[in-house]
Amino acid sequence: MSRFPSHTCHIPLAPLRRRWLEHRPGANALRRPRAGILTLVVSLFGVLIALGPANAQTQNSCLDCHSTLDPPFQVSGNDYTDSIHAQKGVNCVSCHGGDASSSDLDRAMSKAAGFRGAPERKQIPEFCAKCHSDSAYIRGFDPSLRTDQYSQYQTSVHGKLHAKGDDKTAVCTDCHGVHDIRPPSDQRSRVHPLNVAQTCSRCHADAAYMKPYGIATNQFADYSASVHHDALAVRGDLSAPTCSTCHGSHGAAPPGVSSVARVCSTCHVFQAQLFDSGSHKDAFAALSLPACITCHGNHRVQHPTDILIGTSEGSICLKCHASGDGGYLAAAAMHDDLVKLDSAIKRSDDILARAERSGMEVSEAKLAEADARDDLTKARVEIHSVEQPPLENDVGAGLKVAAATYQSGLNALAELRYRRKGLLASVVIIIFVLIGLFLKIRKLESKDTK
Amino acid sequence: MSALDRTYGWLEDHFRYGEFLALLRKKLVPLHRFSYFYFLGGMTLFLFGIQVFTGILLLLYYRPTPNDAFESVQYIMTQVRFGWLIRSIHSWSANLMILTAFAHMFSVFFLKSYRKPRELTWLTGIALLAIVLGFGFSGYLLPWNTLSFFATKVGTDIAGQVPGIGKWILTFLRGGEDVTGATLTRFFGFHVAVLPGLATLLVAVHLLLVQRFGMSLPPSVEDKWNEQPAARREVAFFPNFLLRELMAWYIALGILGALAAFLPWELGVKADPFASAPAGIRPEWYFMFMFQTLKLLPANIGPVPGDLLGVVGFGFAALVWAFLPFFDRDSRGRTRRWITGAGIFVLGYIVVLTAFGYLAK
Repeated sequence: MSRFPSHTCHIPLAPLRRRWLEHRPGANALRRPRAGILTLVVSLFGVLIALGPANAQTQNSCLDCHSTLDPPFQVSGNDYTDSIHAQKGVNCVSCHGGDASSSDLDRAMSKAAGFRGAPERKQIPEFCAKCHSDSAYIRGFDPSLRTDQYSQYQTSVHGKLHAKGDDKTAVCTDCHGVHDIRPPSDQRSRVHPLNVAQTCSRCHADAAYMKPYGIATNQFADYSASVHHDALAVRGDLSAPTCSTCHGSHGAAPPGVSSVARVCSTCHVFQAQLFDSGSHKDAFAALSLPACITCHGNHRVQHPTDILIGTSEGSICLKCHASGDGGYLAAAAMHDDLVKLDSAIKRSDDILARAERSGMEVSEAKLAEADARDDLTKARVEIHSVEQPPLENDVGAGLKVAAATYQSGLNALAELRYRRKGLLASVVIIIFVLIGLFLKIRKLESKDTK
Repeated sequence: MSALDRTYGWLEDHFRYGEFLALLRKKLVPLHRFSYFYFLGGMTLFLFGIQVFTGILLLLYYRPTPNDAFESVQYIMTQVRFGWLIRSIHSWSANLMILTAFAHMFSVFFLKSYRKPRELTWLTGIALLAIVLGFGFSGYLLPWNTLSFFATKVGTDIAGQVPGIGKWILTFLRGGEDVTGATLTRFFGFHVAVLPGLATLLVAVHLLLVQRFGMSLPPSVEDKWNEQPAARREVAFFPNFLLRELMAWYIALGILGALAAFLPWELGVKADPFASAPAGIRPEWYFMFMFQTLKLLPANIGPVPGDLLGVVGFGFAALVWAFLPFFDRDSRGRTRRWITGAGIFVLGYIVVLTAFGYLAK
């Protein structure tokens, strides 16, 4: 029983038939009867041999023909066989109907055989949803696969425009492909985390395509320069965010001012909790400023540095705070605390590296130094509460550790000097002994000579 | 009568050490332009003594288990007073000892000191060199750092290529299929008990044979002295030669101290058996020529795997090398030149392949 309603096929059959006749097996032999009966017999014998096992397996006359056609009718055999549908046993007939076992074109693509052809673009979401919204059907292939994609799509900006009859807006195949659909975990998939931004940018970075919608097209360029892109594409951290992480995939829509903080907090949990507990939350709400992106930006989120907080050039605090107000003074103090700890760690780092280069064993101090780095990280996170005391606690603890590791470095260098002095002393002693031995030998041998 | 004289008197009375000293004084060491090579054996023995002394000190703190080995060496290097010096001297002295052992062997080879009746002295020397290399191989794993762990894996893999008994050797060395804590315990046992026992025994035999046959004269010096008996120069082993040897030992001690102070032996990173092997794993320098040869060999040479052919080739070459004195009968003729040429080739091969191993990416 077909899962699809029958509808009119819009594929012109005449050229296809001509093409098929040209490419079908034995076509040349039939066109040139004088090529000899022998050729025909050999060909037939070959066909018989080939048909034997082929009949035992599943025959797919669709691919036999479509793999030889030109676009848009072409379906590459590899594209399909590598797809998740082929791997799960979903074949041409499952979507397009017809009879793939028949090598007769008219029979294979007849209405009687349930052939329904390719869906029109406007029909695609519903077409895919026939299976992908049917949890009972999908369970038979992958029980963990979600079936809410279509309902999500209907709530997305894409889905809403589609419902209004906009045929430029994205449908399933724009992001997932057509016959070459692969699971998102496959690196070749258009929706693999490493490829999502590129896939979205095909429309969203195209100024001409986006013109009717009046939205910016710099998101991809901005994202490509962000710390998120760096983490994902450069460092290969697949958990780092791409477009769909913040905007959703099937339900894609820009997060509103009120919900942007909640979106960021799915990953940046502590920062969000501290922000909520601090005085900035109400102040931002009063000014209708969105959390997070007011200071960090949205697509072009940069790696945060200690310059961001404080009162020097480049500090974002100056956007709202003026010289002398409470926030201004607190920002300056917090910046100083962070810089103090950062400098102390760098100083400790330098001396330990010097000691290590000189061959001293300082691995324990280097291990302890990690605690100071942890304290610095904690202090940088504490910034989000804009409360000074907890930050000072972390900085104080880190400074203690950094002072101890710096002292370890000093001790190692002092030990090195001590060793070299000891070496010098022992070399002097050895030289004296050598001179003594030399003189003794000379005395002995001069006596022998006499 | 001073306390010293009284002590000498007591010793003379009980042990007649004067007779022993008279024997040493009677023993003569030839003096000629190659005499400096006579110091190499003594130098190797001195460094072996340093190894025993520093090794015993390290044993006071070292713990041969995968969980403790690295930490105990780290503790020796950082917490134990002069532990850094003892460990660095132990490591540097081990390398210098292998270097002087090789130099001693080649000097004996090129000065033709292995000739009749000293064949057994040569053979015990070769066995001692093998033991010294065993010391190096087993000691390398003991700090249980990444480099030593994976180098041991590669080294034992190569030993496993020996035809017929390779699998057995591999299991015997590793104490199982893989390099584990069992390998560490085993290597520790070899390093501090089996090899020192064998080495002491062989050193005793080697020295006894040296005493029995005396110092060998290079053929050219021998010819000259036979022609001009007046040119013969010799000094007493005791005290003249021994004092010279003492000077060489003091110089070695100075070099060891300088190396330990300026280039302390590094500890590396603790081994993680579950981590993948880091890039650029290579053995200690004295195994480099063999390692590089195996690396250069193709996967298959005809129907035979390249590695197998390499291992068999080295085994055969070592056997020929060890029994060379028995071929060198014609001490004046073509055989002599052929054997010297073979020695130059072997030395050149070792030097070039070692340098290539370090320079090649």
